[in-house]
Amino acid sequence: MVRIYAIKDPLAENRIFLSRVVAVFTLVVILIIGLIIRLMYLQIVGHEHYSTMAKSNRIKILPLPPTRGIVYDRQGRILAENLPSYSLELIPEQIKDLDDTLLRLQQLLDISDEKIEQFLKQKKRGKRFSSIPLLLRMSDEAVAKFSVVRPYYPGVDVHARLVRHYPYDFLTSHVVGYVGRINEKELKSLPVADYRGTHHVGKIGIEKTYEAQLHGQAGYSEIETNAQGRAVKTVFSDDPVPGANIFLTLDIDLQETAYDALDGYNGAVVAIEVKTGDVLVFTSRPGFDPNPFVYGISIKAYKALQQSVDQPLFNRALRGQYPPGSTIKPFMGLAGLEYNVTDFRHKLFCPGYYQLPKLKHKYRDWKKWGHGSVDLEKAIIQSCDVYFYDLARTLGIDRIHEFLQKFGFGERTGIDLVGEKAGLLPSKAWKRKYRRQPWYPGETLITGIGQGFTQVTPLQLARATATLANRGKVVTPHLADRIVGSNYTTAEPLEPEVQIELKTKNLEDIVSAMVNVVHGARGTARRLKVGVDYLIAGKTGTAQVFTVKQEEQYNEKELDIKLRDHALFMAFAPANDPQIAVAVIVENGGHGGSVAAPIAGKIMKQYLTGVKEVVVAD
Amino acid sequence: MQTETRSEQFHSSSVIGALLRKLHIDIPLFIGLFLTCALSFLILYSAGGQEIGVLTRQATRIGVAFVLMIILAHINPRQFHRHSAVLYVFGVLLLIAVLVAGQVGKGAQRWLDLGLFRFQPSEMIKITTPMMIAWFLSGYTLPPKPKQFFIAALLIVFPTLLIAKQPDLGTSLLVASSGAAVLFFAGLSWRFMIATGVVLTSLTPVLWHFMRDYQKGRVLTFLNPEADPMGRGYHIIQSKIAIGSGGVHGKGWLGSTQSKLDFLPESSTDFIFAVYAEEFGLSGCLGLLALYLLIISRCLYIAVQAQDTYSRLLAGSLTFTFFVYIFVNIGMVIGILPVVGVPLPLISYGGTSMVTLLASFGILMSIHTHRKFLPT
Repeated sequence: MVRIYAIKDPLAENRIFLSRVVAVFTLVVILIIGLIIRLMYLQIVGHEHYSTMAKSNRIKILPLPPTRGIVYDRQGRILAENLPSYSLELIPEQIKDLDDTLLRLQQLLDISDEKIEQFLKQKKRGKRFSSIPLLLRMSDEAVAKFSVVRPYYPGVDVHARLVRHYPYDFLTSHVVGYVGRINEKELKSLPVADYRGTHHVGKIGIEKTYEAQLHGQAGYSEIETNAQGRAVKTVFSDDPVPGANIFLTLDIDLQETAYDALDGYNGAVVAIEVKTGDVLVFTSRPGFDPNPFVYGISIKAYKALQQSVDQPLFNRALRGQYPPGSTIKPFMGLAGLEYNVTDFRHKLFCPGYYQLPKLKHKYRDWKKWGHGSVDLEKAIIQSCDVYFYDLARTLGIDRIHEFLQKFGFGERTGIDLVGEKAGLLPSKAWKRKYRRQPWYPGETLITGIGQGFTQVTPLQLARATATLANRGKVVTPHLADRIVGSNYTTAEPLEPEVQIELKTKNLEDIVSAMVNVVHGARGTARRLKVGVDYLIAGKTGTAQVFTVKQEEQYNEKELDIKLRDHALFMAFAPANDPQIAVAVIVENGGHGGSVAAPIAGKIMKQYLTGVKEVVVAD
Repeated sequence: MQTETRSEQFHSSSVIGALLRKLHIDIPLFIGLFLTCALSFLILYSAGGQEIGVLTRQATRIGVAFVLMIILAHINPRQFHRHSAVLYVFGVLLLIAVLVAGQVGKGAQRWLDLGLFRFQPSEMIKITTPMMIAWFLSGYTLPPKPKQFFIAALLIVFPTLLIAKQPDLGTSLLVASSGAAVLFFAGLSWRFMIATGVVLTSLTPVLWHFMRDYQKGRVLTFLNPEADPMGRGYHIIQSKIAIGSGGVHGKGWLGSTQSKLDFLPESSTDFIFAVYAEEFGLSGCLGLLALYLLIISRCLYIAVQAQDTYSRLLAGSLTFTFFVYIFVNIGMVIGILPVVGVPLPLISYGGTSMVTLLASFGILMSIHTHRKFLPT
């Protein structure tokens, strides 16, 4: 505070300041005069012109909503389209007695109370002069009925609108998703101009991911109307730009095969084209019919879906997180070879259980009496747990984590669907951070056989399988193949190629072991080889839903169905020149080899031979 | 306290006058502000859909703002002078805090949640920046030398960029102009100003590069509103229709049709002038502008009467900022300036700008009522 009032020449400064104040005052006056001139121009010169424009109902700017783009599968079959549909709409401002009108309409067209309530709710949100739908998807009969008495209902009208329709309903519910009415939250984030006149927006799936492309740009028309608000003539119009069509990589035939094959179970199937990352199959069963969501699903129907024990709204392929079980073993084996802690022919004796030094706890093998002498190949073919307990212990959790991460475990795959789960790949650091506990050696062992903390999504498993099939070149799955707009086409951008450094010999050893899982005499999925003339490399898995106590026996038959093990299978084919990689998870399906593997087999056969298996005799 | 008693001796002709001086209220300025706020109620009632709730909320805000104004009027300007730098640094730190931890509201980070209430540091910086520049320059002989000019420019540019990054184009513009105004009142040579103008103009393409898409859109729309009548041009076209249809005499209070039919967006906040112009016509607009001009004149008078450099510079700058508010808002509503989020001072619905504005009038009153009276 030394410099306070350190003025050298107060008079001169005063003079400068005064002149500046005069300058500012002059500027202010000039600018205010500028504003006044502009106001005079608008309010005197332009008064006539603007008054005409303001005459409330003379000229209306009507938004022309764009037509939503169509979604096709890879063969060009339509998965989401727009069908014309009639809706009964009301303009509250033009109705004198709304309650009376609603009552009369209700009697005339037999409208449920729930729909009336929905309408009133929407009315509160909307503007008085905008048209609000009361009935969507009117039958021809209802349209005819109303048309006769139309003159008695001012402000009520039938509108033809395009309504989204999903012809493959259950099959595509978790991939294509659906559109629904725009809610208030969405209203805030959507571009206002383009959504004037649009009532629906993508809620999940492809419809949501590619909302911007599918929607298109709104146009508008200036129309002259009479006092009743009826259009007399169009003064000017600017056509909307329709939304882009999207071609998916999905094959609806394969999708159907997968969905049907899961019949009787809950589960998920994902198939990926190895070379391209194209997702051919993306199934989560049970699905649901997305069509009611478009025109407003009833609360009762929605609750039924939401509360169903089978959770049809749950996208298992994208968000289901399961222990990988034995499907992790090929990756574990590869890790062992790459880190040089084991040899493909190194043998170990499996007595049916494994013990850590100085500890009593017995880590069991699924085969009670053990596999005897096993090397890595046999351990994969017969899915020996003891071998992998030992391998996991030698590798240690940190190296397991480091290696498995390269195949995408514990990370989102980046597929073009919203809401993907990342699964979980445990590490010491993870446990310290989220569980606030140290890592115990026993946890390393069970991680080695895909139990414990590890969780994968079906999509992740399919991706890891494809990456293995691709000999370490990382595959990034995607569903949109190309987006075709009215004046542009964009293809799926090429992902940067990431190659996991792997020794060819190690890779081929693991692949050959996986081939023997299917083609070997004692492989866990040996039933799959019947009637195929190409080599399949696969691995079965069984994921525990609950833990069997130390001295107890797991008895499948006596167990409640919801506590039965999940069945898993991952495979790719042909083994020497892989085209397709598949991951199957069947909830409470029991053994991977008997339930999950045949589903993958069907898909691979259909994809590689083009022949759809019609009936499978059991 | 000594100054107060002396001022009373010189000017107290009546009891009421003495009382008001004791309250440190400048009567002409107070009347001007009061009238404007009263007018604001009238317009808000109409623009806000004739809801009493809108009025009571606004009344609460104005009440709080007036109390703050009177509190600030009681503080001796020396205190402002002494704490200028601290307040400035504090404000800038808050701005950084907002960028780091601020809540995302309407896609922009402006708010800092203090638990009890939410606080917008960029509002505070509108006052602390000119305080800082005035404090800095008043320590030297005026007019400022190149070195001081550059330091002052840096002190202005830093918070401006922080606010522009939020992004809040309107506020950053106000902060920059309030700082620049201090430099202007300090007697910065015209040559300097022209040079700075040239540099800034040549930097426009660079600025364009840094602007957000929606900001670019607003500028483009301003240049050609008819190109996009359903989208960005919508505001401007509808606002021009509302104003133009008002004519000379207007449609009368509560008589506006454009805002009632929801053609005009933001009719209570940034675009309230359009409602006013529709209802009260050109004559009403002239009246409002005259009222504003009176307030500005009184403030400039206070600036001229101020007795030290710091007070003078600060008073001049705060007055100028008030005018920038008016000009930018009305200019935007009548379509001669691009749409930036600046409210119509003392009239638009909303609390933050009201508090800042009345706070700066409080400082002006403090400057005027704490003078040591010299014989005239």
